[in-house]
Amino acid sequence: MNALTREFVDGLSAEKNEPAWMRAHRARCLEVFGKAPLPRFGPDLSELDFSDLAYYARPVAPVKRWEDLPDEIRRTFAALRLPEAEQRALAGLGAQVDSEVVYRSLLDAVRSQGVIFTSMDTAVREYPWVEDYFMKVIPPEDNKFAALHGALWSGGTFIWIPPGVEVAVPLQAYYRMQTEAVGQFEHTLIVAEPGSSVHYIEGCSAPRYARSALHSGMVEIFAKEGAKVRFTTIQNWSKNVYNLNNKRALAHAGAAVDWVSASLGSKVTMLYPTTVLLGPGARTENLSFTFSQDGMWLDSGARALHRAPDTTSRLISRSVVQGSGKSVFRGTVHVSPLARGAKAHVECSTLLLTPDARTETIPILNAETDDVELGHEATVGRVSQEQLFYLMSRGLSEAQAMSLIVNGFVSPILKEIPLEYSVELKGLLEMSFEEATG
Amino acid sequence: MPVLVVDDLHVAVGGKPILRGVDLALEPGRVHALMGPNGSGKSTLALSLAGGPGYEVTRGRAQLEGEDLLSLPPFERARRGLFLAFQYPPEIEGVSLREFLRLACAERGQGFCEFQRNYPQAIARLRMEPFDGRELNVGFSGGEKKRAELLQLYLLKPKVALLDEPDSGVDVDALRLIAGAIRDLADGGAAVLIITHYPRILDHVPPAEVFVLDEGRIVERGGPELARRIGEEGFEVVRG
Repeated sequence: MNALTREFVDGLSAEKNEPAWMRAHRARCLEVFGKAPLPRFGPDLSELDFSDLAYYARPVAPVKRWEDLPDEIRRTFAALRLPEAEQRALAGLGAQVDSEVVYRSLLDAVRSQGVIFTSMDTAVREYPWVEDYFMKVIPPEDNKFAALHGALWSGGTFIWIPPGVEVAVPLQAYYRMQTEAVGQFEHTLIVAEPGSSVHYIEGCSAPRYARSALHSGMVEIFAKEGAKVRFTTIQNWSKNVYNLNNKRALAHAGAAVDWVSASLGSKVTMLYPTTVLLGPGARTENLSFTFSQDGMWLDSGARALHRAPDTTSRLISRSVVQGSGKSVFRGTVHVSPLARGAKAHVECSTLLLTPDARTETIPILNAETDDVELGHEATVGRVSQEQLFYLMSRGLSEAQAMSLIVNGFVSPILKEIPLEYSVELKGLLEMSFEEATG
Repeated sequence: MPVLVVDDLHVAVGGKPILRGVDLALEPGRVHALMGPNGSGKSTLALSLAGGPGYEVTRGRAQLEGEDLLSLPPFERARRGLFLAFQYPPEIEGVSLREFLRLACAERGQGFCEFQRNYPQAIARLRMEPFDGRELNVGFSGGEKKRAELLQLYLLKPKVALLDEPDSGVDVDALRLIAGAIRDLADGGAAVLIITHYPRILDHVPPAEVFVLDEGRIVERGGPELARRIGEEGFEVVRG
């Protein structure tokens, strides 16, 4: 447990041997945090006790090889098949436990293209120009958790893709919260220079403890002219985690930013990935799948801010709600007067599996020019007894039938997720139905 | 030896009695027909045997190879070899026909290699090549759904196949395909029960035995000639 004081934050900065700008930045963020109110919408956060959290924890020292990790962590990563994925399907992999990155690798072929893939802490020490990007898309004044993150951030990923370089296979980071009542505040910053492309995947998990933990990460993406960035998140936090994140991208002319996410865990999630379409022809897609189970409140959404002509956004969500879970989807599209010829499509569908399941969809579509095409669809449905019976009459158990119907419902999102992960997601879904139907 | 025996079956739906004591037996390798006017309880019989939700068995028994069927959940009935081809199969979005069939065949004990071999053959037999990559029943016409039911039947190789109006909404060419597939099934040893209003399909698949259901009871039994008589004179022949 640490008190949230100036001394603590200064000490963290000194410990990390940070440049003066970062030390000043942390101090400013702490001040903003103290004054900022909790969000005035969404889930109840009153049980989140800021005085009961470990704001920095380093239970594991960094290693060069998987074998050198402590047994428990090594077994966890092996069960998640991270070393396997690293060999087969990834250009680079980072793994963080609590506050610090403990393992990182990058293929030589990718390194020799000039790609930088390192921990955020290292980047802040080694590249002074990082100051031009760090929390420039999401300033601490944006919201209380952005400010908290800015004061306490530790670990995370820094990626720089040189102009014109296309990284063919994904880069991945895995986040693990290991210590009870820990706070994890990793910062991810992706700078894709003109004409470059990259696919980044983040995954996360935590063991379940009685006390609540807080995850408040931040992702900032700069997609320069014609760059393509795809950001995939597989979120499987345990059900004692408050997952309150900020994710935002700037898309310059002709750039494309895609957010793909599958959220299966956490007690409370608040997450609204945002793309600012800054340059003509920029486009964004947000494909979101949430699975709210008993006692969970997943409050998610997507925002597209059209600031230039001929920009395009597509915000698609599929929510599945089980037990007493709740899902909220906030789809926001704002088109400024400059953004003539903008096209936006918002589509959210919810499948309720139980009588207690709750859902809300809150679309906000706002255009300040007439020259736009806006589309919006929302549906809420239940699994029909007829469909269940039909599948069961072919020999599938109730859990299999349910999981097939749910998989089908979320297939528009699942098919965008790399195969290794979508197979695992299907497995997780089926497991939860086995539990639910006995 | 009959494979399926239904004995004094009474079924209510929403508290209202629909079946009032049905007795019938289906023999392996044989095609049977269940005929009857609208509302006589034909679909109720099929759905209660398959374990449909809302069909309350108030009396009687049904046995598959001597084992009580009615106490089993629907998927256990299917795994023991009962198949119901639905009159109106529901659409299941996002689930591919092939993936679904692979799962269902695995539950019937068929290995992956066996499925990989059988699936293209079954698709070819029912001329369903254009449907291979499609989602289960999604956007299929009425006739296409019937063919897809037969495709499932063909792959799952049940011991007892209940076909609820496999001919409705089907054109002549598809009717021939469907009839051919039903004959194959019976030739392969399955007990088949075709439920229909019209004797049309029975011209293509002559039944060994015809049951006529009216007001929840079997009121007449006979050979193929009974189906022809009903075709010519209507259900009046079995009434009064």
